[in-house]
Amino acid sequence: MEENRGIWVFIEVTDGKVEGVSLELLGAGRKLADKLEVPLAGVLLGHDVRKISAKVIEYGADIVYMADHAVLELYRTEAFMKAVVAMAEKYKPEIFLYGATPNGKDLASAVATDLSTGLTADTTMLDVDPEKRLLEASRPAFGGNIMATILCKKHRPQMATVRPKVMKALEPDASRKGEVIEEEIHLEESEMRTKVLQIVKETTKTANLAEAHVIVAGGKGMGDKNGFMLIHELAKTIGATVGGTRDVVEAGWLPHDQQIGQTGETVTPKIYFAIGISGAIQHVVGMKNSELIIAINKDPDAPIFDVATYGLVGDAFEIVPQLIEKFKELIKEKGGEISYV
Amino acid sequence: MHIVVCVKQVPDTKIIKINPKTNTLDRRSAPAILNPYDAHAVQEAARIKSRTGGTVTVLSMGPPQAVAVIKKSVEIGADRGYLISDRAFAGADTLATSYALSKALEKIEQESPVDLVICGKHAIDGDTGQVGPGIARRIDIPPITNVIEVSKINSDEKKIVVKRKQLNGYELIESQIPCLLTVEKEINDIGYSPMPNMIKAARYEPVIWSVADLGEVDRAQLGLKGSPTIVGKMFSPPRPEGGKKIEGEPTEQIKELMKLLEEKIDLFCFKA
Ligand SMILES: Cc1cc2nc3c(=O)[nH]c(=O)nc-3n(C[C@H](O)[C@H](O)[C@H](O)COP(=O)(O)OP(=O)(O)OC[C@H]3O[C@@H](n4cnc5c(N)ncnc54)[C@H](O)[C@@H]3O)c2cc1C
Repeated sequence: MEENRGIWVFIEVTDGKVEGVSLELLGAGRKLADKLEVPLAGVLLGHDVRKISAKVIEYGADIVYMADHAVLELYRTEAFMKAVVAMAEKYKPEIFLYGATPNGKDLASAVATDLSTGLTADTTMLDVDPEKRLLEASRPAFGGNIMATILCKKHRPQMATVRPKVMKALEPDASRKGEVIEEEIHLEESEMRTKVLQIVKETTKTANLAEAHVIVAGGKGMGDKNGFMLIHELAKTIGATVGGTRDVVEAGWLPHDQQIGQTGETVTPKIYFAIGISGAIQHVVGMKNSELIIAINKDPDAPIFDVATYGLVGDAFEIVPQLIEKFKELIKEKGGEISYV
Repeated sequence: MHIVVCVKQVPDTKIIKINPKTNTLDRRSAPAILNPYDAHAVQEAARIKSRTGGTVTVLSMGPPQAVAVIKKSVEIGADRGYLISDRAFAGADTLATSYALSKALEKIEQESPVDLVICGKHAIDGDTGQVGPGIARRIDIPPITNVIEVSKINSDEKKIVVKRKQLNGYELIESQIPCLLTVEKEINDIGYSPMPNMIKAARYEPVIWSVADLGEVDRAQLGLKGSPTIVGKMFSPPRPEGGKKIEGEPTEQIKELMKLLEEKIDLFCFKA
């Protein structure tokens, strides 16, 4: 265990592009690496991925462990797992982070089993104890307003999957220097038991929410489905995407893929309106990293005001219609159109 | 086809409510249920069986009262079930859980070879999704996670084609059988159980195995002892201080808000 050193981040690549969460993890990993005074490495697998290694370094890595192989062209548990396990056994990292994406979670689960080590799922906070060299991976614990810090004391590497959009990527720095280490991995297509036959892209509503520039989210405070129309109206006026709380989804006012929070989407728009939303922690974890948060709630003690940049205490049915009018005036004044595309 | 479905008893987090002011959990209201994703897994197994013939076996680890989720699975369409229940399993994290379940699977396999293992995408109490792929590694079959459709299954050629949900869409994956699938909720709809299933379930007595029944087991890999992860501390998430609270008459409030927004006007993208 003592020989395990260094922080690793799994670099997830889709269509030749690095997933945002991997860049965020390089940012988070950089801090941990500096605290522990060890190098930060990106683990880059794929076919023809050499050109991506420069980007991994720009975003904070000191080392890129790369395996470039035709069998690694598309993600498959078997192939990726074999490559990653071989690398981890050879270089022995002490901490290994993955994005909590379908592929990241799948890979981490398989790798943890083969390395017989601990894995914490869906982490939202990361820190490290430099004396004990312990990763402190915290995640919302079942049910309440409670975070649990999960530790892995006796096994290495300490592994965690981390939710997209909760960590911050560094500004890319093209002058950063790093080392690319190419690994020879022995993989045979004939030994693979699975094959990706086809990839089908679907732009879903969820993607819209995740990429939205402005979100207008409503809660149970809108009274009923009819009252919730006010949320749609404000959103339409300012070209925003509509979201809601779990209670709203359960009431059938919105489809599930528009739910924001712990069991829904995590969003980071420029502007987030929270209207008639109490601000339960399960909701807040999904939106608190928005740049500007405007809350409207008639209860001055509602916890949503703790995360709001601007909080309007009052009745949404009085405030929102006036707000819509003001925005219409503003838009007219500015040239008559608002658009984020 | 012999299909084994791994199921878990969980508290119903949908019914648990949180008091937003005190942020405490209202425990009164949490009955134990079959993990919803696992219900879809059982349903899918029953559907496959209706196409290919065969047997659907469910497997669970938990306290003795977890027999309830096996009975529930029989109601949905499973033929039989095993519960592994022993103090030695208590406190297991995902690594120790996948070890225990894989040992039980090996025992089931001895009686009748397993063609397919199906798990729910994750359990709603832990939300990890790590046990399914862990089991697959331990018994050395390929895992395919986040499955939303079993498109084709050919038991003679030992091939299966499934749709796997991805970040933006899905992928079509072909795999050899045996393999392990973890399924999403959209894979099927669970309707009312047919009457004969209900009757069967009411009378059904699942087989309960202790560690001793599992044959050769490394006890050091079980339960708390076999779990590399531990809960360090529990804490309330840091609450940000909040920004500016605007009170007063709506017209005044909006005036003030619009003035504040003037300063951040580039957050909005106007097109001239
Ligand atoms: C395991 C688990 C997971 C969960 N996951 C999620 C999740 O992903 N996302 C999520 O959102 N929730 C989630 N929840 C539920 C969460 O705990 C809250 O119950 C939920 O977010 C509350 O929704 P709400 O704010 O719409 O409703 P309420 O809490 O009922 O709040 C309504 C608010 O509206 C205000 N209001 C009422 N009338 C007006 C008016 N006329 N004008 C202005 N304000 C008004 C009230 O003051 C109140 O603050 C989860 C819970 C659990 C246990």
